Amino acid sequence: MLLVATLAFAVARPGGSPEAVFAVPAAGLLLLLGVLPLSQAAAEVTSLAPTIGFLAAVLVLADMCDRLGLFEAAGTWMAMASRGRPLTLFTLLFAVASVVTAVLSLDATVVLLTPAVLTAVVRLRLRAKPHAYACTHLANSASLLLPVSNLTNLLAFRASGLSFARFGATMALPWLTAIVVEWIVLRRFFADDLVGRSEKQVATSPEVPVFACSVVALTLVGFFVASVLHVSPAFAALAGAIALAAHSLVHRRARFREIGLAIDLPFLAFVLALGLVVKALSLHGLGSLAPHLVPTGTSFGSLLTAAALAALLANLVNNLPTVLLLLPAAAAAGPATVLAVLIGVNTGPNLTYVGSLATLLWRRVLHQRGEDLPTSEFLRLGAVSVPPVLLASTIGLWLSLKLMG
Amino acid sequence: MIEAVRVVVWLVEGTWRGCLDTAAEIIPRDAQVTLLHVTPSDVGEVTDAAAAGLLGRALRARRPGRPFDIATDEAATAILQAAATRFGRQGTALVHRRGRVEREVIGAVAHDADLLVVARDGDRSRLGPHSLGHVTRFVVDHAPCPVLLVWPDEPPGLESIPPPPTEHPGPRPRRP
Repeated sequence: MLLVATLAFAVARPGGSPEAVFAVPAAGLLLLLGVLPLSQAAAEVTSLAPTIGFLAAVLVLADMCDRLGLFEAAGTWMAMASRGRPLTLFTLLFAVASVVTAVLSLDATVVLLTPAVLTAVVRLRLRAKPHAYACTHLANSASLLLPVSNLTNLLAFRASGLSFARFGATMALPWLTAIVVEWIVLRRFFADDLVGRSEKQVATSPEVPVFACSVVALTLVGFFVASVLHVSPAFAALAGAIALAAHSLVHRRARFREIGLAIDLPFLAFVLALGLVVKALSLHGLGSLAPHLVPTGTSFGSLLTAAALAALLANLVNNLPTVLLLLPAAAAAGPATVLAVLIGVNTGPNLTYVGSLATLLWRRVLHQRGEDLPTSEFLRLGAVSVPPVLLASTIGLWLSLKLMG
Repeated sequence: MIEAVRVVVWLVEGTWRGCLDTAAEIIPRDAQVTLLHVTPSDVGEVTDAAAAGLLGRALRARRPGRPFDIATDEAATAILQAAATRFGRQGTALVHRRGRVEREVIGAVAHDADLLVVARDGDRSRLGPHSLGHVTRFVVDHAPCPVLLVWPDEPPGLESIPPPPTEHPGPRPRRP
């Protein structure tokens, strides 16, 4: 109940209050009532803390890239390189959104890249709908590659015991197959909207923020170097974030207060509190159930079952609690199972985005505010794209595991 | 005295020029013409839904959609202005609507239009069978007035029609 209420609050956020407003007292209540023993809670906090620090660094990195004009430049470049052809633009967007999601996390794609790209598309006088869907879908399904691509990956990375490089190498094939299948499905689905040719041409080259690009590239190298040196890759993210924040401060692109906002403390508190609520849940019943549900083998059937189960739960509740709930059992089964669960929780949400329970409440709030409800088109596209993407990337994972031994 | 014919021309990105040029050849000179553009509202809904999927995290101060809304308004105005110039007739009305595209188009012709001009937007490489996309199909199906359906570019040749299905397909030849 408390989990559902926490999620519903986080999604609806009455009065725009941060999601932590409910989640933190909820976790506190569990502690006070003794549902969650203090020692267990302390252990969970200690184990989540580095992941949350990592997340904060990635959030700052992405936000500073935006302030330095990286996403606007990406939008302009795509508009120019497409020469006004909608299908070329659509394909370029797939490449850019996949890389941005993988390197700077799905948050960057949803919050920063999407508006920049859609503005560029509309300025070209092309239809924005296929590109809007491409961004939102890729934010989920192209977030398979690196531990930094998605908060769920960071949590799974911690649980899997894999090195950064090994994680990336194993997920490269699933990531690529997911993107290709998304392209095929969306291209067919939006064939009507990818017609004609823009009468406007963008001739001016974008101003590429060289410093931001170099820092992101170096950070990426840093992730792999750290992994070889057995240092936490969070330090590479931290260094990158500090470098860009300092640069932004010096060039007056950001103020201290804005950097503070980019760290998004309320959200970090929410993740911690959610972790505690889920921990309490797994101590009382669900935890003993999860090992029975999650298949342990590395055969294709077991991987697919794990991925499908995770996708189902992610759509029922939400992918964040799902991954917290399934990870202990998946980690016990081995890294292959962890990665299969990850495929489910990352590609699954394209069906309902926030999980259907939370969506139900969210739709209610939207309705009360008099806003339009999302169309059935969004559910139809999810229904035709999620199953093939899930299947294809699980096949990719299975092949990848075979190849890497 | 006969009143002037009221014509609504629905303009969409990518096909509006051809649609307008064909319409100009057919519409009587004394017709009252309204040029219509509809900005789909579902684009904003999709990006909002994705943001809700993040549970509102990250840079909540700058919600997606704002600069995009401004850009869509600018684009709609620019298309309508460019179309009015290209059409070049005095007294042409320009209408910009925002919402579910198919519903808005029907809404725009619901009261007093005598003719709606629509461009095909599906597979235009041959004559049929998918030369209408689903939005256009809805509009053609539901329009309460006569509809003029035009090819926004040169229509494909007659030979592009797929052959008719065989009526009595007889026994299949056996494989050796």
